[in-house]
Amino acid sequence: MRVPSGVLQLAAPALLLVAVGIVGGRASPSVQIDFETALVLAAIVISLYCFVGNSGVISFGHVSFVALGAFAAGVTTIPRESKQFTLPDLFPFLQRTELSNVESLLLGAGLGGLLALVVGAALMRLSGLAAGIATFAVLGITHNVLLFWTRIGPGANTLSLVPESTDMLQATLGALIAAAVAFGYGRSRSGRLLRASREDPAAAQATGTHIYRHRLWAFTISGALAGFAGALLVHQLGSITTEQVYLELTFLTLAMLVIGGASSLLGAVVGALLVSGLDSYLGRAENGVHLLSVNVDLPEGSRLVVLGALMALVLLFRPTGITGGREFSLPLAALRRRAMLGR
Amino acid sequence: MDLQTILDAIALGALYALVGVGVALVFGVMRLVNFAHGELITAGAYALMLANGWPDWASIIVCFATVVALALLLERIAFRRLRGAAPATMLVATFAVSFLLQSIALLKFGPQGNNVSVLPGLNRAFELGGVHVRWVTLVSIAVTAALLAGTALFLGRTSVGLQMRAAAIDFRAARLLGVRTNRVISLAFVLGALMAGCVSVLVVVQTPFVSPSFGASILIPALIGVVVGGIDRLATATLGAFSVGFATSALGDVLSSSHRVYLDSYVFLLVILVLLVRPSGLYAPFRRTTVERV
Repeated sequence: MRVPSGVLQLAAPALLLVAVGIVGGRASPSVQIDFETALVLAAIVISLYCFVGNSGVISFGHVSFVALGAFAAGVTTIPRESKQFTLPDLFPFLQRTELSNVESLLLGAGLGGLLALVVGAALMRLSGLAAGIATFAVLGITHNVLLFWTRIGPGANTLSLVPESTDMLQATLGALIAAAVAFGYGRSRSGRLLRASREDPAAAQATGTHIYRHRLWAFTISGALAGFAGALLVHQLGSITTEQVYLELTFLTLAMLVIGGASSLLGAVVGALLVSGLDSYLGRAENGVHLLSVNVDLPEGSRLVVLGALMALVLLFRPTGITGGREFSLPLAALRRRAMLGR
Repeated sequence: MDLQTILDAIALGALYALVGVGVALVFGVMRLVNFAHGELITAGAYALMLANGWPDWASIIVCFATVVALALLLERIAFRRLRGAAPATMLVATFAVSFLLQSIALLKFGPQGNNVSVLPGLNRAFELGGVHVRWVTLVSIAVTAALLAGTALFLGRTSVGLQMRAAAIDFRAARLLGVRTNRVISLAFVLGALMAGCVSVLVVVQTPFVSPSFGASILIPALIGVVVGGIDRLATATLGAFSVGFATSALGDVLSSSHRVYLDSYVFLLVILVLLVRPSGLYAPFRRTTVERV
């Protein structure tokens, strides 16, 4: 019996995410948090993949959608009674609003998508490289506004007392939803046309592909996914500052995507899970850890050096990432395809 | 706007323009957007810090030597391998190198930052038309003008400069005609590095404090300026970077103090609006290019 390749291509990353969720659920409470983080980061990286993987344009701005989703979902779910004291400057309507968990996730997705649509309308007109650099401006604006405008959030303080509703189940489900949406987009007409434009912009245009329109569409969808992932993040952390959703997270998520392989969903998931595992381990090693009868005690900050070096090495020696940017396929199916292509 | 505001704005614009030229020179020959250019500036500032207590001329030489050496080293061990890679790959790769160097600086020198001082006399002010002008403002403008003129002469009047321009237009054709790849690319990196060194010195004079994100905080707005101006030409890229510096400084003076904290947002918002109207670059010639070259 032949399994349609599309099912396998979605099933492989989905099974990985479920496996992480199950293993994480059985791990000791102190390690559970690392698994939850890995799943939430996977959701962010999947949102990044949805745009970068299909369009071939790098985005440094996705963390701004994550930040918007996180702060919107955080501010609207903190109980009214505590908001009066912790966030006294809020607009009255934000002061009054108290959303349920699911509503706040949807709000994060909606706002992320809206911001992506608005800024994308301007930035996606640029050529690929210029668009990538210009997305930094979006990150700059979001960070700057969140840091200083206390009518909409905590400003430079920590946003705390956010209900910690992202448990292992919700993190897994969230990452699965993000994966399904990103995969669905990739199989859609717009996704296929966008990938054609990634491979050869001139040829795609010559055959009637409206690159701007499809880039904007992908940017909006992935912005919504990023906002959704941001909402998951804030409900996992329970408290958040603007610095946590800024340059370091931008680097970390891009590194995950690139190390895994930017042009496949499998690559995004594998990269996110592997690098997140490594990151958690290095974070512990900075505080001293005992591994295989060797005491590892790294100096503070070496985590980022290792990750930076790893990302640079992967880019220099295997620019398509660990997965080679391919989706999962059975060895047999791959053989058959190669035979058909006459190689 | 008074004379003081305008002079300050030109001075910051000049600094950004120096960064912009450095980036655009390398981009021209390699199609590589070098995020690590910011870390060259940081390295220069740390070199000045380590050479603290030396005579000013000696520490400035150390600064330039460090920056040029780092640029050549990066070119040799990292960027040379990227030649011919997809532009997006090169972009993330230099971003990774930039982040790596920043984390190394963080590990070595700590996040708090360090005091550093060079040519402190340049901070003295003098009277000009009723306003106080700091010497460093004039020096920034003069150094930039001289370097830009020098670059223009070099590219226009020397054989190596001509080779660089040829390589920027069509690298393969230039190679077929005997332009030596390694020489031209290394030269672009060295020229960019010399400008980065100037930026290190000029910024350290004004803000005698260096932290790991020292260079990145200048590079990112300047790079956005390069994109606003039009990245594929040296002149438009430089003008774009200048404009963002000018706008940042001028807006900073004009905005009321309660709005000044949102300065970055205003500048970036302006950038996005400009790009909405002129997607191929603020200073790009008026013609429609339909196919992506970069």
